[in-house]
Amino acid sequence: MPIIEVSGVRKSFGSNEVLKGVSFNVNQGEVVAIIGRSGSGKSTMLRCLNGLESVNAGKVLIAGHTLDASGKHLLELRRDVGMVFQSYNLFPHLTVEENIRLAPRIVCKRQKAELGAVVERVLSQVGLLDKRDAYPEQLSGGQQQRVAIARSLAMEPQVMLFDEVTSALDPELTREVLRVMEQLAASGMTMVLVTHEMDFARRMAHHTIFMHEGKVHESGASAQLFVAPQTPELQQFLSAGEIA
Amino acid sequence: MITEFGWQHLVTLLLAARWTILVSAMAFAFGGVAGFVVALGRTARSAPLRWLTAGYIQIIQGTPVLIVLFLSYYGFSIVGLKLSPLFAAALAMTIYASAYLGEIWRGCIQAVPTGQWEASSSLAMNRWQQLRHVVLPQALRLAVPPTVGFSVQIVKNTSITSIIGLVELTRAGQLINNAVFQPFQVFILVAFVYFVLCFPLSVTAKRLERRLHAHH
Repeated sequence: MPIIEVSGVRKSFGSNEVLKGVSFNVNQGEVVAIIGRSGSGKSTMLRCLNGLESVNAGKVLIAGHTLDASGKHLLELRRDVGMVFQSYNLFPHLTVEENIRLAPRIVCKRQKAELGAVVERVLSQVGLLDKRDAYPEQLSGGQQQRVAIARSLAMEPQVMLFDEVTSALDPELTREVLRVMEQLAASGMTMVLVTHEMDFARRMAHHTIFMHEGKVHESGASAQLFVAPQTPELQQFLSAGEIA
Repeated sequence: MITEFGWQHLVTLLLAARWTILVSAMAFAFGGVAGFVVALGRTARSAPLRWLTAGYIQIIQGTPVLIVLFLSYYGFSIVGLKLSPLFAAALAMTIYASAYLGEIWRGCIQAVPTGQWEASSSLAMNRWQQLRHVVLPQALRLAVPPTVGFSVQIVKNTSITSIIGLVELTRAGQLINNAVFQPFQVFILVAFVYFVLCFPLSVTAKRLERRLHAHH
């Protein structure tokens, strides 16, 4: 059963149409990777899923919420949809624990006693229990990104969005973040990730969507899509990646 | 009658300095509150609110403080409202401070990276929660050095309130000089008192800047 239904989404920045009618579905518990060149609209598409970008036309149904051009009910939607960014965006003036507690406390009005358990749970999920009192600047990029994932998990989202979350990390730190994401996927979390990590997408994502010039150009089960790409654009995109 | 410049005059100057301090403090306190509202307006989502506050800043920054002072002192008397020099001085300096502090703090709010807004949005915080818990605490740290620095400008600029007859430091100096006619000695001393008021503020601003910088 689909937990995300995207139909005919269009988005322009000024006269530049970035999304030209995008449609796809994501089932509950599924991991879907969105790949494509820079400027193909993949990040914009992801940001439309939690309303960070408004859509000009079309509709997004996600975790029981509707997103359309009116932009209403965003706060309810965002409680159920977590997002992790390339640049971590931890709150630098708060400790790891405070970063995690903030939204559950002020948005979800969770009790103090509960909050301790939440912090414990999400930090152990990302393997950083010993860093709860550290400030973001004292952590490596990989650790910061794991805290960002933990912070998002503390809201108990139904869907998690990942926007090129390893692009700013070196290969070793990338691995530690990907390991956390693998465990998350194994736990049954619905995940949509925009990524340049083709190996990870091939291995982890049930489905992969190849975006090209603002449209879904090709999509399918990752096992087939990466082995036997149908369109010349995807063939070219995948072979370019191998050379680089 | 011409008398010698002496200790009693220094006491007079120091007593007059109380008014300089009082007007400065009122300008800073009320101007700070108004400036905060202006800064929020400048960074608001509503475009009319942004234009309104931007217009306010442009008008006040593009006008001599002296004219704002004349307007608040003489302007109200036209409509039959006679303001005391102290009240008019405090009002004019408050308006002046609010525009400059508003602009300084706008810059500090906008200096907080957009990623902070996006991350807090994604955690379902509303606009006020984002400001209160994420953006303003970070903007505050950026704001401390320039704010303390600007307070020096406030103290010095209270000297223009002498012109509407408020006997603060500068006006007291003029009055003493009328009696002793030793302008050089008198105004050196006046300058020195201003310096004593401003120097600690400048030093604090420098020190805060260094400390807040070191933390990043």
